[in-house]
Order: sequence, then C-alpha cells, then structure tokens
Amino acid sequence: MMRSILLDNTVRCVIVAFMALACIGLVLPNWILNNTMFGLARGLAVLGLLLLWRTGLISLGHSLYFGLGAYAVALLEKHTGSTDIILRLVIALTVAGVIGFFLGFVLRHYRGIFFAMLSLAFSMVLYGVLVKTEALGSTDGFSVSQTTFLGWQPASKYPLFLSIIAICIVAIIGVQFYLRSAIGYLTTSVRDNEIRVEYLGYSVARAVHIKYIISAALAGVSGALIAMSLGQVDPDSMVNWTVSGELVFITIMSGPGSVVAPFIGSITFEFLRTFAFEWAPHAWQLIVGGTLLGIIFALPEGLWSLIQRLWTKKGKVL
Amino acid sequence: MNNDLILRVRDLHKSFAGIIAANNINLDVANGEIIGIIGANGAGKTVFVNMVTGYLKPTSGLIEFDGDEITGINPRDITRTGACRSFQISQVFMTMTVLENLLVAVSLARQDLKSLLKPLYSDERINECEQIMRRYNLTEHRDKITNTLSQGVRKLLDIAMAVVSKPKLLLLDEPTSGVSSEEKFDLMDLVVNALKEQGTTVLFVEHDMEVVRRYVDRILAFYQGEIICDAPPDVALNDSKVIEYVLGESRKSTYENEQTVRAGYA
Repeated sequence: MMRSILLDNTVRCVIVAFMALACIGLVLPNWILNNTMFGLARGLAVLGLLLLWRTGLISLGHSLYFGLGAYAVALLEKHTGSTDIILRLVIALTVAGVIGFFLGFVLRHYRGIFFAMLSLAFSMVLYGVLVKTEALGSTDGFSVSQTTFLGWQPASKYPLFLSIIAICIVAIIGVQFYLRSAIGYLTTSVRDNEIRVEYLGYSVARAVHIKYIISAALAGVSGALIAMSLGQVDPDSMVNWTVSGELVFITIMSGPGSVVAPFIGSITFEFLRTFAFEWAPHAWQLIVGGTLLGIIFALPEGLWSLIQRLWTKKGKVL
Repeated sequence: MNNDLILRVRDLHKSFAGIIAANNINLDVANGEIIGIIGANGAGKTVFVNMVTGYLKPTSGLIEFDGDEITGINPRDITRTGACRSFQISQVFMTMTVLENLLVAVSLARQDLKSLLKPLYSDERINECEQIMRRYNLTEHRDKITNTLSQGVRKLLDIAMAVVSKPKLLLLDEPTSGVSSEEKFDLMDLVVNALKEQGTTVLFVEHDMEVVRRYVDRILAFYQGEIICDAPPDVALNDSKVIEYVLGESRKSTYENEQTVRAGYA
C-alpha cells in the first residue's frame, strides 16, 4: 500500500511541493502565511466539490458543512473549553459527516438544478437558525481561541500551518486513491450513464450518497481549519449562500483535472481577493468576477489545464 | 417451476393511462434457447423487455426468473439475479475508454466492497477484460474513448458489458439497429457464438427478418401488446397473422423474393 502511494506521480509531487511550502513558511511574512493557510484550508472544501462535480453534480449549499465544521469548533470550546486540534477536527468531521449522511438520503435522488437548489435550501435553513438563535451566537457568532496541540500552545501560527499542510496531504492521498479505485471511477460512470450503472447491478443513489458524505466531511474539516486560522465564526462568513458560491467559484476556476487543482485554485483565489481588495476596496468583486470570466474563456478546464500544458511540454505527466 | 425453464411469464399486463402496451403475455423460456422477438413499432416488444428487466413495473401478472419471482423488482436487483440486458441505443460510458468501460463492468459484477476499493487498473481485472475484448473483437479499440467509436463497436461494447457477469439470461434490444448492413451479420455471429459458448439464454428484439431467421430457435411475434405467434422461425414467418400484422404485404413479398433468390442460388 505504502509502495503504491509513493509510486503515484501526483502524490510524490504533492509531498515534495508541500514539504517545500512547509519550509518556506518559516520565512514567509504573516499576511502571506495567513493567505496560504486560508487557501489550503478552503481547498479541502473545494476538493469535496470536485468529487461531486466529477459525478456531474454542483452543490450550492456546501457552506452548510463548512459552517457546521466551524461552529463545531466554536461550540466545543464554549461548552467544554477544549481548544485541542485533534478534538476540534474529529468533532467537525463527525458533525459534517453525520449531517451529510442523513441529508444525503434526500439529495441522492436529485440531479442538476434540483440538487443545487435543494442543497442551497438546506444551507439557508442552518443560516436562519444561527442568525435567530442567541445561544448559537446569533449574527455576531463566536470568537475562537488559539489552537493547542496536546496541551501545548504555540506562540505563532506556524504549527497550525504545518498541521493544515499535513491534513491536505492526507486528504489529497485519500481522494486520489479513492478516485483510482473501482468505486471512485463510478464518479465518471454515474455522470456518463446512470442507466448502465444500474444495469451493472450497482445503486446510483448509493454511489452519489458516498461521494456526498465524503465531500461533506471535507467541507466540515475545511470550515474547522478556517475557524482556527481566523479565530472567529459568524453566520455571514461561514454559512451564508455567498460562501457556497465562493466555493463553487473556486472549483470552476481550479478545474476538475486533478486532486491538486482545488488547492492551487484556492490559494490563487485568496491572493487574488487580497490584491483586488487592496487595489479597489469598493469594486474588488469586479476584479475577481472578471478574472473568473477570463479563466473560463481562456482555460475552460480551469487553472489546472495550464499547469498540465506546461508539464506536457516538458514531457512529464502528472 | 420446471428446472429447464429459465423464464416464466404469466398474464403479464401493462397499461399507461388506459393505453394497453402489453396484454395477457404468457411465456416459458427454456435454458439455452435463443429467441427472437419481432413486431411492428409500438407492438410492445421493448415494453416486454423493459418489464422483464425491471425498467417498467407491470400493471399485473407474474415474472419468474430461475425459479424466483422478479415481478416489479428494480433493475440492479434483477441484474444481480443473473438477467442482464443491452439497449437499442448503446448505454456505455462515453468519456471513458473501452478498457475502462469493461474494467468498471468487471468490478461491479463482483459485488464485493473489497474488490470495489481496489485500484480499477489491477492486473487480474485487465487480464479478464483483455479476454473479453478478444472474444468481442474489441482489442484494437482498447484505449479509444468510447464517443469516438462507430455505432457497431459501441453496440459490441454494450453487449460485452452486459455479459461480463456471465448472466443466465440476456435480453438484447435491437442489437443490430444503427449498425451498417455489412457489419450486422459479423456482429451477430460474434455475439451469438460467444453467448452460446457461455450457455446464456438469449431473447432479442429485432426488425431484420434475415437476422432473426438465421440465429433463433424460436420467434415471438408481438402485435398490439400481445403475442400472436410463438413458434420456430419457419413456422412463424409463414404464419398468416405474422405476415398480416408484422411482416406486412410489402415485407412479405420482400421476404418471399429473398427466399426465391436464395433457392435459385442453391
């Protein structure tokens, strides 16, 4: 198993690139480190959306799981006082995965616009509940204390940065091997021809459900890591429909070509937004939207296709 | 149920908002038989195939496959019991290669989670797929994306995917439709020989009487949702009802002319 992991080109490149990033992180200015952390963390949710996209589905409601992950971290701290990274991640993953499991029973029967709108509706239910409930922080949300590592509280954000890198590597390897497995290939099979999948004796609904749970869990972890990096959770920045829209935006910008694409797209998005806000504080959305349009026209398969072209020119296959 | 019977259908009926698509269908199919289903458009042939394979639920009646009742069961459960089908319009994975299509089919045929979690490209599976490709003349198309292939090759792939699980019964819905006249007999020779080798019972819907006459042991002729003739080809194709309702006068004269020409050559 370990041998086949190390023989995989994508995995090898990811490990090398992320280790390099970890080293560079030591000398990076704080604002770049923060942006990279946000980009990597958000990339996990985009990775989940990529799984759904390859199945032919677009979710406009993944802020539900993103928000559940973030609020799980905040509420854990509020009720137990725990700020431990492992406990935070386990709770976020479990809450998002379990809710994804139950909602999946409904959503697995829908396709296209119905799937997208129904998922949006579920996320807006959570948004409404959070905004109206004082016990859940209402519109102000909660602040999140600095993360501890088995009782150790570091002086900088670097250990959290390293943890995010480690989690991203694990997620990339997991999803890469899932997509290369027989059950993973069902993503393309279901998108191409549901009838044939059923007549091969496998339940299309189950295949969609499995992918939905994985993507929900990834979004939950993503939300938790963003909450830890940001130190704050509130309905507008974690659960509102704009958060879902942003995730879909990054997914399209990244392209479906590789499990690495979401992270490249997500980091690009973070920096693009930062610079756009710096240059045009009142019209930054215009710059971000214009860039997406440019990418769609010039690179219909997303940013990843550009990297793929460069690698192919060098005679390498990623 | 008789041990030799693979399929038993009793009083099968299907109506759509009062319009009768299948009525009073009774049928026994023995193991290893090859049966041709003929009829004009709208006669109920595909409705019958769809009911047997679970795509449509019958309004009433009974379908037994290999001794078990399968009436109204969903397609995947029927597939798991060993009754598979191919389609009039090939149902393959269009953005995947021929090999990938077969690899997915082989993986799903095993129905075990451990096998599904293994990488799709395993040596064991590839070997199995290469055997299937050799049997169905697909080897030269191994790494081609399916949407670049001709209709005939897609049909073969569709059938190959349906038989990877070694079904006891295979229903083929117009296997030669959309296939050029030059390719038709090659395709049917290939398919029927492979299925006979495997001992699979075959029911196939077909409009080309030459194909039907050449390959089947028995013909079921449908008209207005009912079976109007169930007999060997020589009897069925000369039956007055079949000539009137299925072949039609023009088809009858064409068929008779073909027979005369063939007799002349002989």
